[in-house]
Amino acid sequence: MSKKKDFEPLIVGFLCNWCSYTGADLAGTARIKYPTSIKIVRVMCTGMVDPSYVVKAFKEGADGVLISGCHPGECHYVEGNVKTMRREPLLANLLEQLGIERERFKLMWASASEGEKFAKAVQEMTDILKPMGPLNLGGGKKIG
Amino acid sequence: MSERIGVFVCHCGTNISSVVDVEQVAKDAGGWDNVTVAMDYKYMCSDPGQELIQSKIKEHNLTRVVVAACSPRMHGPTFKKTLERVGVNGYLMEMANIREQCAWTSDPGELATEKATALTRAAVKRVNFHQPIKESEVSVNKATLVVGAGIAGIQTALQIASAGYPVYLVEKEAYIGGHMAQFDKTFPTMDCSACVLTPKMVDVNQDPNIDLFTNSQVVGVEGYVGNFKVKVRTEPRYVNLKTCTGCGDCVSACVMKDRIPSEFDEGLGKRSAIYIPFPQAVPLKAVVDKESCLFLAKGKCKQTCIEACQVNAINFQEEEKFTELEVGSIVLATGYKLFDPSIGPQWGYGLYDNVITGIQFERLANASGPTGGKLVLKDGSQPQRVAIMHCIGSRDENYYAHCSRVCCMSSVKFAHQIKEKTGAEVYEFYIDMRCFGKQYEEFYNRVQEEGVQFIRGKGSEVVEVDGQLTVRAEDTLLGVFREIPVDMVILNNALIPQEDSDQVASLFGLCSGEDGFFLEAHIKLAPVNTAVDGVFLAGCCQSPKDIPDTVAQASAAAAQALSAIALGKVKLSPVRAAVEASRCSGCMSCVNICPYGAVGFDKEQKVSVINQALCKGCGTCGAACPTGAITTSHFTREQIMAQIEGVCAQ
Repeated sequence: MSKKKDFEPLIVGFLCNWCSYTGADLAGTARIKYPTSIKIVRVMCTGMVDPSYVVKAFKEGADGVLISGCHPGECHYVEGNVKTMRREPLLANLLEQLGIERERFKLMWASASEGEKFAKAVQEMTDILKPMGPLNLGGGKKIG
Repeated sequence: MSERIGVFVCHCGTNISSVVDVEQVAKDAGGWDNVTVAMDYKYMCSDPGQELIQSKIKEHNLTRVVVAACSPRMHGPTFKKTLERVGVNGYLMEMANIREQCAWTSDPGELATEKATALTRAAVKRVNFHQPIKESEVSVNKATLVVGAGIAGIQTALQIASAGYPVYLVEKEAYIGGHMAQFDKTFPTMDCSACVLTPKMVDVNQDPNIDLFTNSQVVGVEGYVGNFKVKVRTEPRYVNLKTCTGCGDCVSACVMKDRIPSEFDEGLGKRSAIYIPFPQAVPLKAVVDKESCLFLAKGKCKQTCIEACQVNAINFQEEEKFTELEVGSIVLATGYKLFDPSIGPQWGYGLYDNVITGIQFERLANASGPTGGKLVLKDGSQPQRVAIMHCIGSRDENYYAHCSRVCCMSSVKFAHQIKEKTGAEVYEFYIDMRCFGKQYEEFYNRVQEEGVQFIRGKGSEVVEVDGQLTVRAEDTLLGVFREIPVDMVILNNALIPQEDSDQVASLFGLCSGEDGFFLEAHIKLAPVNTAVDGVFLAGCCQSPKDIPDTVAQASAAAAQALSAIALGKVKLSPVRAAVEASRCSGCMSCVNICPYGAVGFDKEQKVSVINQALCKGCGTCGAACPTGAITTSHFTREQIMAQIEGVCAQ
């Protein structure tokens, strides 16, 4: 029991350079506290997040993956985020077939001024993942 | 050959080290694959910190460097240069963001240290796969586009033009000058606003390097830093700018004379359908308001204006015009809008005759305004008691949270003017007095001595009690509720983003902040830069500012544009996608997905080809490529996969 209580989920966050990564920096500048669960990987645009990166994160032991980009219509690259938006349901479907629950994968939009929104999303996702426990694929063995 | 990596962990004074055990991070890093040296230091970005990195590069012949410190958005360029100064390509460095994205968002302890370690490990794994990159350079077009011709745009345009370079100044109104042209006096010196501004407006019109587009808006932007292509739409003025002499004969002849509320006088005065808003207008040419012109709106009018014009300058057949411009830099100086206090019935605006806004007061006080500078009530009499209410719409969670910055001082200015012109009792209702600028506090003290009553407490309500205009407020210093009968109320309303600021932001590829104003690249280090290279901000479109700050920022924006012109070239971001032909299956998934049309198809080889000049490096094509044939430089598959392994490793 105590082991489960101590469980700290690992969330890999893919954040676009222009909006969400800047927003995450802003959360820091504003000293908004949120769980250490998230480890951020900076990408130029969410459109560059190859679905295999998400699969790779789960394979390496992530309990959740969060992709965050500019709001639709505000993409630094016109519409890279829209491409991501279209890929997301397909990818979520694939992940579910691999036994990865829907709650473990999230796509969101956070602008460069929405540090608080980003921090809240990390808190929420952490709160959801904690009771779910570690991602357990293939009887505890890592896939791949 | 394996890499020789140096890891440098920064304390950032105590910013990082009070939360993260930086010594532990450095110690752990020392044991990782390919790490030759790992150490921590108090301030990595300081001179000795950078020298430490450089000396370790030389001592250990390091091939890669990881700096675990602040955000790469903060000091990425700093450490890139650190490497370059000792002959190592700057792209062989990676930063781990353990300040903004770890220390500042976490409680001190093990978890924070673990996170910092994970981020540092990810950077180390990633940097193994970094490649030296040579940044390409492009030439800079020597012309600059300035959007908006208020005091900010005027200052920027004059500054650039005075250096001898061409400027296109685009203004959506028929005249330049913006809000400042409407003001009467400027604080704290009480200089007449027109005396400061109009010479500059005339200079704009006469400067051979400035090409002025009035009645015009930017409708299209293409290209990149140094080489933008801009499309400008000019609405018809119905008056020939070249032949109109500005004599005003048409204005007096117009059948709608003195029947249309004047926008320039904030509805307090009247104008014709063809008009010149104020005597010092630049350009001093008439303009036809197509909404109120009987001929244009309804098709029937005697056209007395055409009869009156002796130079045949009026042409109702004029149509909108499009102009294509090529520029190297763009400065946005699109200004602000004023909050509409009729939104809140508690302020009585629009309900009671003598409740006016700050800008309306400016017009009343102005010698060329509707009353010739006389401060009078609607019935023509002089007010005996005047209330000035601060923070209308600003510092108010129901409307706008931000402070408009200028209202405290303009309120003090109004009080001084009322005392001077009428000797009336003046009551100022304020939340806090923010007199932050040079000579501002002194000015405030002077006006206090003039007998103005400052009441600390936001006026909550403007009502009529038995036909008497009354302000209700809590006096928070005395701790009492007060009801003060007055003749006139001046609502000093908030400066808010322009109505179309969202569209303008997306047109130029900018972000807006939470307050709706355009977001700068970095609030301290790059306050006039934006997320788009070559696009700069000046004045209130970035946030509310007084005139001194606006002029300073406008000059700063001009300096940014001029430094690119002086150098004649700019470096482009080296992040670009490329196709590895041998792995491309020719499926063309990437061709349609590119938002810039940068991916073409070689029909002979049956492979995709990316035009490096058009590619912006978003990497969307790479994510869509089923065979992994597309690589985005500095964000390669190997680099990102390694980074993922790094954050996930326990």
